[in-house]
Formats: sequence, C-alpha cells, structure tokens
Amino acid sequence: MNELRISGFGGQGVIRCGYIIGKTAALFDNKHATLTQSFGPEARGSACSAQVLIDDKPIRYPYVSVPDTVVAMSQEAYDKFGRDITDDGTLLIDEDLVKPGEVTGNRKLYAVPATRLAEQIGNRIVANIVMLGFFTAVTGLISGEAAREALPSSVPERFVDLNMKAFEEGFEYGLVATGKAVEGKKAALDAE
Amino acid sequence: MTKEATLEPELSHPMDDLLRMDRIPHIWCPTCGLGTVVTAFASAIEKLQLGLDDITVVSGIGCTGRVAGYVKIDSFHTTHGRAIPFATGLHLANPKLKTVVISGDGDLISIGGNHFIHAARRNVDLTVICVNNFIYAMTGGQVAPTTPLTANASTMPYGNFEQPFSIPYLADSCGAVYVARWSALHVRRLVTAIAEAIAKPGFSVVEVISPCSTLYSRRNRLGSGLDLMRFYHDNCEIKHGADTRELAIGFQEKITVGKFIDRDRPTFVESMNNWYGKVFGDEYEPYEGSVK
Amino acid sequence: MTADPKGVLTGAHYLDGDHAAAEGALAAGCRFLAGYPITPSTEVAERFAARIPKVGGCFIQMEDELGSMAAILGAAWAGAKSMTVTSGPGFSLMMENLGLGIMMEVPTVLINVQRGGPSTGLPTLPGQADIMQARWGSHGDYEIIAVAPSSPQEAFDYMIMAFNFSEKYRVPTLVMMDECVGHMTEKIVIPEPEEIEIVPRKYYDGPKEDYLPYNVDTDMIPWMVKAGDGYRFHTTGLTHDERGYPVMNAECQDKLVNRLLDKIRSRVDEIVVLEEDQIEGADTVVISYGISSRVAIPAIEQARADGMKVGSLRMVTVWPFPENRIRDLAQKIGKFVVVELNCGQMYYEVERAAAGNAETLLVPHAGGWVHDSEDIYQAIKGGER
Repeated sequence: MNELRISGFGGQGVIRCGYIIGKTAALFDNKHATLTQSFGPEARGSACSAQVLIDDKPIRYPYVSVPDTVVAMSQEAYDKFGRDITDDGTLLIDEDLVKPGEVTGNRKLYAVPATRLAEQIGNRIVANIVMLGFFTAVTGLISGEAAREALPSSVPERFVDLNMKAFEEGFEYGLVATGKAVEGKKAALDAE
Repeated sequence: MTKEATLEPELSHPMDDLLRMDRIPHIWCPTCGLGTVVTAFASAIEKLQLGLDDITVVSGIGCTGRVAGYVKIDSFHTTHGRAIPFATGLHLANPKLKTVVISGDGDLISIGGNHFIHAARRNVDLTVICVNNFIYAMTGGQVAPTTPLTANASTMPYGNFEQPFSIPYLADSCGAVYVARWSALHVRRLVTAIAEAIAKPGFSVVEVISPCSTLYSRRNRLGSGLDLMRFYHDNCEIKHGADTRELAIGFQEKITVGKFIDRDRPTFVESMNNWYGKVFGDEYEPYEGSVK
Repeated sequence: MTADPKGVLTGAHYLDGDHAAAEGALAAGCRFLAGYPITPSTEVAERFAARIPKVGGCFIQMEDELGSMAAILGAAWAGAKSMTVTSGPGFSLMMENLGLGIMMEVPTVLINVQRGGPSTGLPTLPGQADIMQARWGSHGDYEIIAVAPSSPQEAFDYMIMAFNFSEKYRVPTLVMMDECVGHMTEKIVIPEPEEIEIVPRKYYDGPKEDYLPYNVDTDMIPWMVKAGDGYRFHTTGLTHDERGYPVMNAECQDKLVNRLLDKIRSRVDEIVVLEEDQIEGADTVVISYGISSRVAIPAIEQARADGMKVGSLRMVTVWPFPENRIRDLAQKIGKFVVVELNCGQMYYEVERAAAGNAETLLVPHAGGWVHDSEDIYQAIKGGER
C-alpha cells in the first residue's frame, strides 16, 4: 500500500490534484484508491491537504498513517507535513514556494517550479496539474497513460487543453529530474 | 334534542358534498368563527367551479388545524407549524393541484412563522387562510403572536405587553402577491377574497378575524360570540389598498379590513422554469411535477 | 420493476460518499429533495441540485430542517419519491416530522451523515453517536428501518435499498452514514438501469368508494393513493382509524400503534441484512456497522492470523435490531465485541439480546476519528478463552 499526502494552501487545487491521483489509480490503473481530505473551517488560505491510499487490495482503514510520499506546494504545508513521512519516503515540492532545509534519512527530495511553469503556459491556476504530471513521472505510482485518461473528465471542460498541457509540462520535467529522459519533450515521451 | 329527533336521515345539507358528514358534529365551540370560514371556503370553491379532486387542504395544529379533518377533499392534518412546508412539498410534487393551507395565527405566524415568511419570499403557489382569533384557543387561552397589547391571556395574566404581528404587513413585506383581511362577519367579501386568493398564482394570504368566545372573549370580558360579531360590525373599516403599515390591531380598537395587496410576481416554479430554460435552453424540459 | 434510466449514471465513477448517495437516490427514482445545508451532508444536496434540472424533478433548499422534513412528506403524498439529508443538529429538528411520517406511513428517505456530537460537536469529523436517536429520537412508540453504508459504493447501493424498504413497508427509512464515508472518495460502479431493482409504491387500485386510507390486509401495510387522484382522503398525525379520522381513545391507539410496530417487528428476519464472516465455530464475534465495520477488518484478520477464532457480523441494516440472530449466537460463542464510534449505544442492545449467555465487550470511541485497529485487536484478544 502507498500512502500519499498532497498539501499546499487552500485555493491551490491540492485537493483536486489528490482527487485526480486517486481517480487515475481507481478507474484507469485498476487499483484501489481512497481519498480523504482534511476539512478546516476556512475555505481558503492556511495549510490544507488531501490524503490518498493506493493498494492492489481493498482498503479498510481509510486514513493515512505515515505517508511514504508527500507533495508540498507551500512553505506552511511543508513545515506542517514535510517531516511526517517514512524514512525512505519521497518529498515533492514547488521549488519557488518551499525552502526544504535539510532532508534527513533516506528520504528523496524532488523539486519542480510548478507555479512558474504554469504561469509560462498561461495560467498559474494549473500549477496543481503541473505538479500532478511531475508526481506521475517521478513516483510512477500512477501511470502516465491512465492520468491522461482521467484528466479530461476531472477539470472544467473549457480548460481541458490547458490542463493537458500543464500535465505534460510537469511530466516531462519529472522525467528529466529523475534521469528517465535526457531533455526535451520528445525525448521524454519516447522514453515513456 | 327535539330538533335532532325530527330530522329525517335522508335530508341533506347543501354542503354535504364538501363536508365529511360522518365526522359531524365538529369539535368547535358555539359561536366560533371557524364554521363561517369553512362555509366561505366551500362557497369559494363553488364560485370558482373547481373540481373537488383538484384541490387539497393542509392544516397545522390548533382549532383551525381541524379544518382539514372536516372537508371532503384530499386533506392533511400535519404537525404544529408545518402546514406551509408540508404544502410546499405537496404543491411542488404536483403543481397542478390547488393547495390551500388553512390554519391559525399561532400555528402559521408563531411556530410556523419562519415557513410563512420564506414561502412568501419564494412565492410558492399556495393559498393561506389564516384564522386569527388573537389567542391560543385549543391549549386554553395562551398569548399569541397576534394578541393585541394589554389583552389578557392565560400566560399574560396581567395583560399582554408584547408587540403583536400585523399579518398583512408581514405578508406584504415578505412578498405575498395577494393579501386581504376580513372578519367572520364579512362572509360575502370573505368568499370573494378566498376565491381570488385561490385563483391567484403565487403566495396569497387571507387573514380572517374570528371570534373566540370561550377563551379570548371570556378572559377579556368581551361578552358572547355574538357580541364580538357586533364589535366587528361597529368597528371594522373597509379600506381597500390600505398601506399595510397601518394595519396593526389594538385591543378593542378599529380593525381595518379589505384587499390590500394584489400584484404579479413569478411563482417559485415559474422562476425555476424560466431560469433553467435560459441556462439549459432546449435541453431543459419545464418542470410540471414529479409524477407524469 | 427496474430503474428509470433518466436518473441512472451508468459506469465507473470516482465519487465521495455524499455524491454517491445522491446518485443512489436519483437511480432509485427520487425526484424531490428538500434540504437545509449542514456539514458534512451538504454535498448530497449540492449534487442533487446540480443533476435534477436535466433528470426532471425538483430541489428546494428549505428555510430549516423542520420544513425540509415536512416538505418531503407532502411531496410523497403527491406521488413523488422524496428525500432529505442532514447531520446531527438537523437530525434533531427532523425528529418532529419523522414522527408524522411514521404515523402517516409515508415512504421517504432521510440521510444522516453523522458527525461528532452532542450539539454542534464536530462538524467536520465522524461519529456514530446518533444510532440510538435513529431508533428512539422521535416521541412515542415506533419501529424504523435504518441502513449504514461503509463506503461510497455502499452509499449508492444502500440508498436504493432504503427507498425500496420505505416503499415496501411504508415507513420513512434512515440512511445512517457518517462524515468519514460521506467525505471519502472511492470508485463506485453504477449498474445499467435494468439491473437496478425498484420496489414500486403500493398503490390502491380497487373501487374508489371502497377506499380507506388505513385499511389493511394481513400484511398490515395500507394501500396508498396520491393527492388529486379523486379519493378525497384524509390523513393526520393524530391517532386515527382505518378512515384516517382521529379517534381519541385507548382502543384505537392500541390497534394503530401495535400495527405500526408489528408491520416491522413481524418481518425483522425479512428486513434484516447482515454480512457474516467465519461465524461458524467462532469464539468471538465482532459486531460493527458503517465505517467501524471497515476499520474492524484489519484487527479481525490479525487476530485470526494469531490463531484466534474470530467471526464478523456486520450490520447492513442497523434497525430493526437482529434480535433473534444475536440471541442465537450468544448460545454458541464466548464473547461479542461491539465496535462503534460512540461510547456505547448498539452495545447495550447486543448485551440485552445476549442475555448473559455470552460476554459483551464495547470498543468505545467518542468520535472525531475512527478506531485504531490495535484497540479492536486488544478487545478481541482480551476476552479470548
């Protein structure tokens, strides 16, 4: 079983990001995936997170215990959730928004300028989807094909193209970051 | 007794078709205004030539709440204060039915006050006949949200010091499309008002000032029911179109009656259909009820 | 009869329990929802409000829960399949007209997405402490049917089950969900409409002049008619006779109340749905429902791996209580372990039915989270003979 926490500040779309990860795993990768979210009284701002469990077997206990993968898209979220991770866990951050400090144990840290890349392709609102692409390429917990299938029905219709582009942007960045591709979009796609 | 003995069983009453004769005699006190209200309601249905299968009555709890039990149409005797929301559900599931709420001032304006104002705001297509006797009668004469200042009630044993609601003002402020007030003495005008209110699409309110000799009158030493009727005769002033801010009722003071509000505003269902028609275009099939 | 395809979103979806419940209602043919916003149940109403214009039906956000419950009874009498949805504080307000629904024998469905209580309690966190309120919350003697889903898929499935119960037995039926299930997102599969079995309303079709709204046959369940069908019937929350007319005496009360009770009590075995696992030969049986039944599984599996003989009895229907089954099991096993997100509610029912023949142990939890599997494991282990 994999236990993930996707965190950031309210309004960044981290819950949506977690939702698409879960949906991809459950509907298109034929796994079991349970999403829960932390509800606070605030609608925006403050650290918020989505938790996803992914397993080949049915999931019983619905909450994350100690996550093996943590995505942090804000400093506050990183400070709050960044240390609550297994010893050999994987941390993914938006490098422009999070200063990670020292990463201890066998933990691996991967950084992507998700918000900056999103701005470059036209709208910072898709930073969460850039992160989704990056997460997919880096962790392999969901497959790229499945995520591409899940995306169109998970975002507003008029933003499908923008979101697909954002996903590819993050995905490619992830392939390069993990050495699965050398450079460029084509190389990245060929490598997959 | 002798009168009863001489009645032939085959004799019929003109209102037989509308009344559940197997439930008569009713529980109301002699000189209560509710008999007049039921008669006026029946006459209004007749006047409108409505089929008795096309109309339904919902009542709450209290003396007036018992109306639903005596009319021979589909009728619902619900919980205290909830006649309007119950009727809202009934109406929305089948908007083709004429849904009439007949209940008292305590039921509709106190415990059911929140429902009253919101149904008016939404303009749910209901007719509300609110029988106002200024007191909680069935429970024994407690103060009501309509009890005039200084009037005596069992829970205001030294006289009422709370400001009462003026029902027409409340209904008007909340958006009712038809608002009238008559007394149990104004039978002919009451029939017309009820008929107009039923015919009017939207939330319509007819307040009926009604004598309660057993409790309101007795506690306040106002004489018999007949004396109250005489009081209405001498003190009701007909003023159609009166400003609803001027309709407060003081203890044994003049009562302004008349038709105060008659305006047009889309009903809840019309608004829903208009709006969804705009939003969804041809994909939206106008709602006409949950059951085809 | 099978489902009206208009409301059925056939296919695989990734939905939370609240949304899945709304889909279950639409698939069951529900076309009227009156509700009032309250965390964590609001998403049911939101989904219904979004979907209903194109399915064909009506959603209304009422001024409060008192009105919501009243409106769905009115709608049912006009022929609609109706429902409302709420959480603890709203559930308390709905108790008033839940009683009217029981008295008038109205088929309708009420979801309670339970949160921590009492009072405002924990709006965004789970609890199962309304289970006794579901049974006894409205005044007077009555019997009720309630189901408890433990996943979004079950939220969908059990909504259909709840509507079918309500139509079959003419009783408001409760879906006792909780915040965890309501806000948990998982895969749900919605079948084809023709695979969804729907119990139609028991409408009267005899001669009009013979119709009595509360006349019953040996099945104790009266035939229904709709307002506007020309029967010119009367119904009331007062104690009433076959005609629906108020009768204020002990004799009529005895007849009516006992029929309302017996129409459910005489069918407990027909209504009750239990999921039993490895009960045969078990020393300990874990009893649970809703989210707690899910959380109990890892503890049960661990205990079995350690060589203990542990059975599981999961209550799909939480009311009526499976009296006979518990009584019978108590003769054969050593111990019941009751797992619920409260400080002892169903536990007392189990203890009562066990009648001293088996030990009954509670794994309590005041709510706000789900049980730790370890606590359940220890309770199973603690009483092992």
